Amino acid sequence: MTPEHVEFPIERLLRELTPRVLGTVVRRFRDFAAAEDAVQEASLAAALQWPREGPPGNPRAWLTQVAFRKMADHIRSESARRDREHEVALPETTAAEATPAEDDTLVLLFMCCHPALTSASAIALTLRAVGGLTTGEIAHAFLVPEGTMAQRISRAKQTIKISGIPFQLPTAEERAQRLRAVLHVLYLIFNEGYTTSAGPTLRRNDLSREAIRLGRLLFTLQPGDTEVAGLLALMLLTDARRLARTGDRGELIPLAQQDRALWDPRQIAEGIALLSATLPKGSVGPYQLQAAIAAVHDEAARAEDTDWPQILALYDLLRRMSDNPMVALNHAIAAAMVHGASKGLELLDALKLKHHRFEAVRAHLLELVGDRDAAIVHYRTAAAKTESLPERNYLLTQAARLADQSPRV
Amino acid sequence: MKYILMMASTQDQFDWYTKWPKQDLQANIAFMRSFNKELKDSGVFVATEGLAFPNQARIVRAASDGTPITDGVFPESKEFLAGYWIVDVESPEQAYQIAARVSAAPGPGGKPGNMPIEVRQILTGVPKELL
Repeated sequence: MTPEHVEFPIERLLRELTPRVLGTVVRRFRDFAAAEDAVQEASLAAALQWPREGPPGNPRAWLTQVAFRKMADHIRSESARRDREHEVALPETTAAEATPAEDDTLVLLFMCCHPALTSASAIALTLRAVGGLTTGEIAHAFLVPEGTMAQRISRAKQTIKISGIPFQLPTAEERAQRLRAVLHVLYLIFNEGYTTSAGPTLRRNDLSREAIRLGRLLFTLQPGDTEVAGLLALMLLTDARRLARTGDRGELIPLAQQDRALWDPRQIAEGIALLSATLPKGSVGPYQLQAAIAAVHDEAARAEDTDWPQILALYDLLRRMSDNPMVALNHAIAAAMVHGASKGLELLDALKLKHHRFEAVRAHLLELVGDRDAAIVHYRTAAAKTESLPERNYLLTQAARLADQSPRV
Repeated sequence: MKYILMMASTQDQFDWYTKWPKQDLQANIAFMRSFNKELKDSGVFVATEGLAFPNQARIVRAASDGTPITDGVFPESKEFLAGYWIVDVESPEQAYQIAARVSAAPGPGGKPGNMPIEVRQILTGVPKELL
């Protein structure tokens, strides 16, 4: 554990126990929405009580007990509304509870990342039900009011209720596709960690770290799936550069100019080990390929040592699997690094993308072939289109640097 | 992605608004209240504020010694921000839909006001890696 991974032990314990306790409560009461509330309340009670009195001997049993009581209260008040005379009996322990907690966690992940949910809802629900974060913590990470996040979670639970998604593992046929949806949600959470920021200098890595934690959890549940390993490796290998990606004033530092001494060697080693263990297993997917590309970058001691021919070969493979225009764009960059900027520009001409990154890459390649004036124009076009403030500053600075040398534009 | 939805008007339009019949004013105010609740219920709400009328507005510039110089007489054609909403949505189209809803807030006689709403994206922090 490196210092940035230190958490309060009780918080850590609670968050590890959340999906297991939730699984037990859902199996017992068969009401996911209410069970999720009950477990969150039990966790809040524990967060208040355990630091004062010390954690109980069996924390999981304690949480389950408290959540059961909250559920009983919930059922009592619900049925009191319907019928004041009705007696509530707690259900008996059933055979279903003998199901391993690991399976429950997996079922929860599939449920929270169900394709019926919007990605905003799936993200919020996954962070709460599987990640064990409070609504307030999730709201804080996404910089929205707590009420808004509470509403997203409640709407997500309502969608699950209405669509009657059962609390069980998807069928074998559905499974691969549903697992892709889970991976996509984790990837979105990871990226949100980079882009969410209250201001240009504030960096919020909590979500990226949480996505990695959930990725590890999923990997323990599905160690044989090469794309699960691929996504975890990709997140580790990308996050390893976290400290080098921005400067003291929050300014963006591109890969080639990063201080590689700031990269996290432990995360790089872990990511590469994961890839090395899974690549020989055969089936290669897009996350694994992206991780492999990240690994090639991370293995270069200096930017000029980067093995671009290998990166180009990996993008060639990736391009066959994905019609994502960003893949085609990165393929053009790799081709430019291997065969020269003119080759890159030639490939860009065939792409016709509207994304600002396209303009930024074009500007960079135009600069390399010596067309300074055109490069300035494209840097400025890219700056006007980007959604990121640090990136806009970076692109404007690039244009200004060239314009200072070429005062005509 | 977060967007700001800005509603702006000239001083003349503000003056006109203050003279709406009671029933029309109340319908407009009730609409705004339910619109805000709708944003909250749908999980997209981030913030909203209404601003003081433009006759309270001052333009401030720093003098050479840094002290504020205020200025308060504006051309009639100048547009002033009346209020804004910040929403967190999944696409620009979703932000435009919300803007259209508020643009259609009832005006005099209960007819949609079709106020212009300026929609601008709020920039994020460091961009994600685009592999």
